[in-house]
Amino acid sequence: MQLDTSKQFEFSGKAKTYSLIAIVIGVVCIAAGFIIGDPHRTWANLLVCAYYMTCLSFAGMMFLAIQYVANAGWATSILRIPSAFTTVIPFAGVILFAVIFGGLSTHNLYEHWNAPGLTDPNSPNYDPLIDGKSAWLNVPFFVTRTALYVIVWGLFAYMLRKLTLKEDLEGGMESYNKSIKFSAIFCVIFGFTFPLFAFDTMMSVEAHWFSTMFGWWNLAALWVTGLSAIALTAILLKESGHLPWFNTSQLHDLGKLMFGFTIFWTYTWVGQFLLIWYANIPEELTYFVNRWEPEYKFLFWLDIVICFLVPFLLLMTSDNKRNFKRMKLAAIIILVGHWLDYYVMVMPGTVHGHRGFSYYEFGTLIGFAGLFAFLMLKGLSRAPLAPKNHPYFEESTHHHIPNI
Amino acid sequence: MHESIIRKPLVTGTPDMHTVTEDVCRPLENTPSKAWWIGFTLAFAGFVLWLVSFGYTAWVGLGAWGLNKTVGWAWDITNFVWWVGIGHAGTLISAVLLLFRQSWRNSINRSAEAMTIFAVICAATYILAHMGRPWLAYWAFPLPNQFGSLWVNFNSPLIWDVFAISTYFSVSCLFWFVGLLPDIATVRDRATGVRKQVYSALSLGWTSSARSWIRFESISLILSGISTPLVLSVHTIVSFDFATSVIPGWHTTIFPPYFVAGAIFSGFAMVQTLLLVARVVLKLENYITLYHIELMNIIILVTGSIVGVAYLTELFIAWYSGVEYEQYAFLNRVSGPYWWAYWIMMTCNVISPQLMWFKKLRTSLVFTFIISIVVNIGMWFERFVIIVTSLHRDYLPSSWAMFTPTVVDVGLYVGSIGLFFTLFLLFIRFLPSVAMAEVKLLLKHSSEEAKIKARKHEHAAHHPVQGDVVIATTATLKKGESNEE
Repeated sequence: MQLDTSKQFEFSGKAKTYSLIAIVIGVVCIAAGFIIGDPHRTWANLLVCAYYMTCLSFAGMMFLAIQYVANAGWATSILRIPSAFTTVIPFAGVILFAVIFGGLSTHNLYEHWNAPGLTDPNSPNYDPLIDGKSAWLNVPFFVTRTALYVIVWGLFAYMLRKLTLKEDLEGGMESYNKSIKFSAIFCVIFGFTFPLFAFDTMMSVEAHWFSTMFGWWNLAALWVTGLSAIALTAILLKESGHLPWFNTSQLHDLGKLMFGFTIFWTYTWVGQFLLIWYANIPEELTYFVNRWEPEYKFLFWLDIVICFLVPFLLLMTSDNKRNFKRMKLAAIIILVGHWLDYYVMVMPGTVHGHRGFSYYEFGTLIGFAGLFAFLMLKGLSRAPLAPKNHPYFEESTHHHIPNI
Repeated sequence: MHESIIRKPLVTGTPDMHTVTEDVCRPLENTPSKAWWIGFTLAFAGFVLWLVSFGYTAWVGLGAWGLNKTVGWAWDITNFVWWVGIGHAGTLISAVLLLFRQSWRNSINRSAEAMTIFAVICAATYILAHMGRPWLAYWAFPLPNQFGSLWVNFNSPLIWDVFAISTYFSVSCLFWFVGLLPDIATVRDRATGVRKQVYSALSLGWTSSARSWIRFESISLILSGISTPLVLSVHTIVSFDFATSVIPGWHTTIFPPYFVAGAIFSGFAMVQTLLLVARVVLKLENYITLYHIELMNIIILVTGSIVGVAYLTELFIAWYSGVEYEQYAFLNRVSGPYWWAYWIMMTCNVISPQLMWFKKLRTSLVFTFIISIVVNIGMWFERFVIIVTSLHRDYLPSSWAMFTPTVVDVGLYVGSIGLFFTLFLLFIRFLPSVAMAEVKLLLKHSSEEAKIKARKHEHAAHHPVQGDVVIATTATLKKGESNEE
């Protein structure tokens, strides 16, 4: 079969209309939340979605980097999808920064360590524990760190994107070899700093609490949602007639990774929960006590059902992993499930008992999903769908694994 | 299957199917070399030392060790965790790499799996020894009995350990033995006399029929699917032995994945130590190539860095937690009386593997050998640091103490290394140490010979090489222009 490797994705039609409608819904709901609703709850929702969007766009970079350093060939023909994810990074980064900065300066987010008087020994609000952490948890340093994470990681994503486009034009091994180098450096920097990013952005919402697993637990969520989003995009593209070379063996492999890392995410969840529950130390229990309240207990367990049990059962058989429709379903369930996961991470420490599911939550989620889809597809349309000069391209279009 | 031309060969030289059989069977069919005898004598002497130390411990009781009322757990559990950890690499290579379809595992999986089994046996000896009355070891199992209230405590991670490790050991043995069947059959077909009878019994009547191979393929995949969660569970539960407690330095949530990463790290180091020697002594350089060694070095680099992230995370969170006990435990680790152990651990586990970034170093045999030993020293110290430095200064300063090992402690440790090598040397003498059948699968696509052929073929076909097209496209583009619209 002769493949047309110069074909580009054209961003138009339904995909464009729907993502624009979703963005409008999001903007309207967020504006309504600020003007007529509860701004506090709106900020909390913005944090959930901005964090999710940032993680998802970096998941694309992580996927690329791992493919390069591992000498992997199976996914080469769909690498433009994670590469398109990385084009969302600048937007996601700016939004996350704006949300954190705005939330801090209007005293709507991170109040547990940023409320006035917490570090002043003469204030009635004085909290010695927070005061002890103030060298790390203070506004200027916190905001600088947020910017640094996104900029430093983002630079590598930008370079890698440039190299892959250069490879399209020039061929040869130079870009590929350089990509491996950049990917390796990215993996080291990302691996060492992502836990801090998660401690800052998510864990410090409840600033008294601490857990060493938290960083890797969040990284597992980033990775499994990233895999699901890549699979979902590839399936949708295939269904709309693009990516003719995306085959069931590649789908099977993506499914295996989703299955495996669903279990890995649950493993980190259980590790964290079991150890804290078992040791029963009050300082550490707070996090789970807050989620044991009637407002959250059901969601806390529902999260495990959606993020673990459902995908676990759905992706268990190899027939299901090779079935485009079922894989699509599994990817959507995992993506929605981890939104709930982040929701349960943020809400108890921000809006406490006053949580709910209404236009704030759904509007923000729909808006961000639309924005991500819009920016990602726009990025995708700016380069050919096939990295035709990638040394493993041919290997990946022939990728075949038996269904046993 | 199409394989990209830039992939490196997994078999060097020009061996054909028969040469593979000859090369692998040679140590089994000839009298052992001098090197083997020297190695075996040393290892066996170590084993005798172990027997004496173990017997002495059983005779006089645990007072023979250096334990005291503050440090009630020291070298015994350190060595136990060290050996269990070493075992992990075998399963990773045989199961996880099989699931990932990494065919470079084919020539190293057999010896790595054997190493796993022997390492788990060594680990098990410490469970027995530190029971004090090893003849009552069966009390660790929930067996129906008439001893009144004697029943295992299902709430204890130690009993989870019993289940995890015994299951892991059984599955590893099964996996290893099933994998051996076709190769044992090959040895059987070449043997005569008593040898033939023994190998015949061991090969379970393997016929090499298509049906046997189909069954073989599916059982391998099923067993690797079972082993993968098992191998994770083993070191996870070993970490629970510490992390479920309320002892600062032990109770930290990152322990499960961090222990697993550390285990793989030390296991690969041990595989390197063994294979670097074995490939030379057994003349297997064409199958266990420099590329294999480089790949394993990369895994050592990756897992070493993961362990490094965990160390730094622990330090950071100890400070961040604001809990004074937590903060002191780590301050004491870094700068207390056992500071040297901490810094040996840091240097050996985090800093030394970083040298693997240099291609020259990670493809150097001598350097790899040194690092593989250094890493295992570091990983021993890691467990020592976690166990002893967390215990020796507990909540009550009046009971602070130091730990000094006795001769029996040292004897048990050195002896267990002897036991390990005794088993390993017997293994390479009596069983094929490279999976012949699986290496033969590589000859057609992934050998050096196949690569050269493929290259010649490509030249002969006069396909326009990618480079030719390049000139045409770049000519129409100005410098700095991109193909983005």
